[in-house]
Amino acid sequence: MSVLKVENIQKSFGDTKVLDGISFTMEKGEVLAMIGSSGSGKTTLLRCLNFLERPDGGRILMGDKVLFDAADARTLREKEIRKKRLHFGLVFQNFNLFPQYTALQNVMLARELLAKEEPDYKASKRRIHEEIEEQSRSLLIQMGLKDRMQNYPHQLSGGQCQRVAIARALNLQPDILCFDEPTSALDPELTGEVLKVIRELADKNTTMIIVTHEMGFARDVSSKVIFMDDGRICEMGTPQEVFGNPQQARTKQFLASYKNGV
Amino acid sequence: MQEVLTQFQELVTQIAEQFPIVFPALNVGFLQTLKLFFVTLLGALPLGLVISFGSMSRFKPLKWLTRMVVGVIRGTPLMIQLLIFYYFPGLVLKTNIWGSGEAGRFFAASIAFIINYACYFSEIYRGGIQGIPVGQEEAGLVLGMTPMQIFFRVKLMQMIKRIVPPLSNEVITLVKDTSLARIIALQEIIWAGQAFMKGSQGISGAIWPLFFTGVYYLVWNGVMSYLLGKLEKKLDYFR
Repeated sequence: MSVLKVENIQKSFGDTKVLDGISFTMEKGEVLAMIGSSGSGKTTLLRCLNFLERPDGGRILMGDKVLFDAADARTLREKEIRKKRLHFGLVFQNFNLFPQYTALQNVMLARELLAKEEPDYKASKRRIHEEIEEQSRSLLIQMGLKDRMQNYPHQLSGGQCQRVAIARALNLQPDILCFDEPTSALDPELTGEVLKVIRELADKNTTMIIVTHEMGFARDVSSKVIFMDDGRICEMGTPQEVFGNPQQARTKQFLASYKNGV
Repeated sequence: MQEVLTQFQELVTQIAEQFPIVFPALNVGFLQTLKLFFVTLLGALPLGLVISFGSMSRFKPLKWLTRMVVGVIRGTPLMIQLLIFYYFPGLVLKTNIWGSGEAGRFFAASIAFIINYACYFSEIYRGGIQGIPVGQEEAGLVLGMTPMQIFFRVKLMQMIKRIVPPLSNEVITLVKDTSLARIIALQEIIWAGQAFMKGSQGISGAIWPLFFTGVYYLVWNGVMSYLLGKLEKKLDYFR
């Protein structure tokens, strides 16, 4: 059974239709690359999945659980939305690390706050804290930031910041990790180190949705590609299909602009 | 020339004679000044935060009401506010809510100062909160934090860092503004200095005590600037 099912998502900002009937499914361990020109709705779609925007219509299902149904007011309650968000992780284009915390604290904070809600927290405070710290450290080591744990974000390069942000999102063990143009704020050298980390996650079968303008990367790393245009899914398929043999004229045109540009 | 020198010598002798009487009296006045200063900060710093939330409320009537009150308080002199707060209940409502004597004057002055300064602080807070990038809140949300957690764990420190410099300005103004309480005869340091012009403890017509009060303000503001400067430096650990 598919892990994520998105059905007919609609979203408008004022009179502008940003998403117009988006439907797709994802399997566990799948890496979905979402490509398309700026303004095609990719980012808005990610924000809808993370409940940062509320779709005007459609449904979002996680397994057989309905996370969101625009027609069912019960799924729209603020309190539950907070919990539902935890199915998804989101890595932002400009990192959004918390500047007053060290790299390690950034990774630990949300986990600790969630742990406080557990019924047995008071009894085993110290153990829980140590566990979280241990896991956070190992995540940062995995991200190649062993020597950077005690640094504040302003002391880190953009690439390092983004890797901290990835560790921060991973630490909550989301079912699906979303990336919103994770390398768009980075220069080519730093882009490489972040893409390498994402690639390693893909190798470990992490379920991911990646909005990106890095076509080569999307082709390599993904198992499924969605090309979005004007709020609709214009073409969807394996990377071989979409990049190697695009069916739609619009897709061909878009991909050609990359070949010519680079 | 000789005459001026003699006069000067006389003045110095006179000050030296009067100093043992004046100095303790000014200290008593300055204590009242400091009391008003600290009570105002203690009340206005948190109240300002509450008012800033009101002025950012999504509930429009509350937002406009708060902004109107802030506008009126900021748009009128603190001296008038002191007079109104102190005299209005007694003269118009015919009830003395403040109590009598110096304690009553201090109570009334405290309330007027707290409300006035809370309004100024609220605008500083509002600027501090609204200046935080929206991405900080969104990052907190996707990490499953509650709005309370986002405010206290994510935004508050960033806000404090942003507001310390403008707040320092207000604090230094407050030190000097406490002298306005003289208008309702609160016995702060200006009042204490002026007493020796009118006649008190056998000294009259002496203006130097009033001038000397300036030294107190200067020293206290020096201390405040130093401490606030240190705080600003301390918050430099992040950007």
